[in-house]
Amino acid sequence: MSLETTQIQDKLLETFGESMFHFNQEKDIFSFEVAADKITAVILFLKNDPVLSFHFLTDLCGVHYPDNVLERQFAIVYHLHNWYENKRIKIKVFINGETPEIKSLTTVFPSANWMEREAYDFYGINFIGHPQLKRILNMDEMVSFPMRKEFPLEDGGRTDKDDRFFGRKQSNS
Amino acid sequence: MSDSNIKMVAPPEGVVGEGFFATKLNDVVGLARANSLWPLPFATSCCGIEFMATMASHYDLARFGMERVSFSPRQADMLLVMGTISKKMGPILRQVYEQMAEPRWVIAVGACASSGGVFDTYSVLQGIDKVIPVDVYVPGCPPRPEQIVDGVMRLQELVKSESVRRRSSPEYQELLASYNIK
Repeated sequence: MSLETTQIQDKLLETFGESMFHFNQEKDIFSFEVAADKITAVILFLKNDPVLSFHFLTDLCGVHYPDNVLERQFAIVYHLHNWYENKRIKIKVFINGETPEIKSLTTVFPSANWMEREAYDFYGINFIGHPQLKRILNMDEMVSFPMRKEFPLEDGGRTDKDDRFFGRKQSNS
Repeated sequence: MSDSNIKMVAPPEGVVGEGFFATKLNDVVGLARANSLWPLPFATSCCGIEFMATMASHYDLARFGMERVSFSPRQADMLLVMGTISKKMGPILRQVYEQMAEPRWVIAVGACASSGGVFDTYSVLQGIDKVIPVDVYVPGCPPRPEQIVDGVMRLQELVKSESVRRRSSPEYQELLASYNIK
């Protein structure tokens, strides 16, 4: 018997009730939202419950929503995979835009270590309890968190770009 | 010797007489250097693939005295930077350049090494001349092996006409100082 999404939803609501929101089927992946303070407990439950047994963390990443209200300006997305039933789920957690921080998942999944470092590198999200929270892909001297929308994508040091040739301006003033 | 079809480099300008040949030391040293440039390939992306074709039998860069590709910067004369250099890679490239012994030359192969190419972004170095001095730029994305060979031949011309003492000239010292290289 395969693992039904209603089964996952019922089990989670039964245990965490108030902290779970927006259960929905997004295309072929079952998704929901969790309150930031409950995320470690929820994922630990999903991993250890003998029926659910989501024992593989496929991905962990950040998202920036600068237009949202302050309390929901950053999101962290967790993808979990149950290999026995080949069932995947997606969990979203929204956190504060001014001081984005959340408990580290490294105690539950050691593989979260580098993924959290990447999310810190690009979004400046502080993972509390992470053993070595420093930049992983960008150079250490970088001061910006480049995937945040307030930082420019382009490099300021470019000298050979003439706006006229790129259709951005008529004149070059 | 007369029935051999081995091609040899023409001697530099000089005075020929019975049993002697006189020319300038600069020219002889330049000729020797230009025809024994040991390349150090620093390949990070598709331009490196084009360079592999350039080194292979069809285009055969060895014709120009580059039979041995040196993978140690200490034994190389010509640094070929081929591909996108990220800002994190910048200090490493610089260290490789610093480890090369004088005389040393640099060719920036392809758009990325020359100017950053299409990667106008926060993580990519906008041309390697931001961290090390460059002698020849080869355009193209990626350049064909012919273009790389052309770039190398232009560097050879530069090497041939270079004074033996250029590397201790104040201009050269100033150039290195501007890159903060000792």
